[in-house]
Amino acid sequence: MRRRLAYYLPTIVVFVGGILLWELLVRALNIERFLLPRPTDIIGAFGDNWELLRNAGINTLVEAVGGFAIGLTAGLAAALATSRFAVARSALLPFAIAANAVPIVAFAPIMNNWFGVTSPLSKMMIVAVLVFFPVMINVVRGLVSADAATLELMRSYAASELQILRRVRIPAALPYFFTALKVGATLSLIGAIVGEYFGGASEALGRVIVESAAFLRFSTAWAAIIIAAALGIAFYLLITALERVAMPWHASVRGAREG
Amino acid sequence: MSARLPADVGSVGVSGASPVASAGSSASGADRQIVAVRGVQKRFSIGGDTTLALEEVDLRVEAGEFVSLIGPSGCGKSTLLRIIGDLTAPSAGSVEVNGKPAHRARHDRDYGIVFQAPVLFDWRTIDSNVQLPLEIVGTPRRERAQRASEMLALVELSDFRRHHPWQLSGGMQQRAAIARALVLEPRLLLMDEPFGALDEMTRERMNDELLRIWERTGTTVIFVTHSIPEAVFLSSRVVIMSPRPGRITRIIPIDLPRPRDDATRETPRYFELVTEVREALRGGELRQPAQGKAADEAAGRLGT
Repeated sequence: MRRRLAYYLPTIVVFVGGILLWELLVRALNIERFLLPRPTDIIGAFGDNWELLRNAGINTLVEAVGGFAIGLTAGLAAALATSRFAVARSALLPFAIAANAVPIVAFAPIMNNWFGVTSPLSKMMIVAVLVFFPVMINVVRGLVSADAATLELMRSYAASELQILRRVRIPAALPYFFTALKVGATLSLIGAIVGEYFGGASEALGRVIVESAAFLRFSTAWAAIIIAAALGIAFYLLITALERVAMPWHASVRGAREG
Repeated sequence: MSARLPADVGSVGVSGASPVASAGSSASGADRQIVAVRGVQKRFSIGGDTTLALEEVDLRVEAGEFVSLIGPSGCGKSTLLRIIGDLTAPSAGSVEVNGKPAHRARHDRDYGIVFQAPVLFDWRTIDSNVQLPLEIVGTPRRERAQRASEMLALVELSDFRRHHPWQLSGGMQQRAAIARALVLEPRLLLMDEPFGALDEMTRERMNDELLRIWERTGTTVIFVTHSIPEAVFLSSRVVIMSPRPGRITRIIPIDLPRPRDDATRETPRYFELVTEVREALRGGELRQPAQGKAADEAAGRLGT
């Protein structure tokens, strides 16, 4: 416990020190509050608008997680299908890689139009499309990454395709899968908030940021940004924790545990 | 453990250098014959070029034998092993394992295989790695655990059953791979340079271990290696192969008495056989100009 504290202490010092420095600099240099509010103002904004911020956080999180789940499911299904059939893989993967390079948030207004601007579903679909490609591409790579000797061993036992999938390909794909989840977790909050910028119900973090900024209530906008950041970090950490539970054997996790 | 061994196979194993592979296949020889390779050729096509990797290979291996395939790299010895295991198809000729076509034998799990790398799954414990073949054939859980623990006892890894592969040394990992290859109690064990990645000391210890396991189980072994001392120490017969196109140039019976141990490695007969294998490997074309020198050199190298 003491060693852990010693490990995290520098981080805590930098964090607290940074906030103090921010507060002092804004005061000392007389920076205008609409440019950069003081930390104490932002804490005040949390108090004043707590209900709005809390509901906005919940709504945005629901959109992000719902869209994440849809994109994850579709990406996994597409990956399993394309890795199983080499023809499908060579036909579809180039498109998936190309589509992954397209700035998909640019389609956000279209999604709002298709699925209803006030419906959380339109934001979920934006998130789903964002999450879909990294999941599919990474998982396909993972499923075909099993090394040749391992496959030869399974062949020597005349193992079925399903046995090979379950015992070799899926475990070999897990590290790639978790990489995709981490990318997807970050993308899901970006997708939900950007989707909200283009319109929707007002109790959502994206709307709070846009509307507070429009009325020059920058400390409230900052409070919403902090909630969004905290949600993104929490989502990411949750997946890292799942990764440790799911594959304690993997070198990255092993190293982290031994270190 | 020993209760399940077929008695006849076990005794052949212990008797060691049996006069095997008499050219004719008599009626009684047919069921003792574990592997029959007939006229096997293998061509590889890379781009437009075709290389002949194996040309007209014939080989018979009888129950309980320990046969080593030795030759310079690129002579096709691993390819021959993989053809016997039906992991690659011959371009011509036929292979029978246990009296059936190689393809049938693979589907009947008639052989176990050990590669140069241990090929253990990092996400499984040692125990669970050894159980893998039993899972594939659908053995009930309780019997799986029972048989895996017998095999781990055989390779002396019982204390490490709950470890993961990365927590074990290279030699221990390879012992786990041997346990996995033997867990279905196949009549044939194929080994593709299994100790090639180990240091010399570990390799000698693994050789002793392997002989002990072979004598206990009576499994027939085909062993690919490029180490001459290893081939001589282990084998009942050493099969010499020529460089590309790979052919069997000579088969040298190894008449060292069994059981073999460290003392065997210091007997004059052992050195003679090592020299004989080394000279056979140098082959015909090198022979005339370098014969005397080759023998001297071989003897000199043994001293080190």
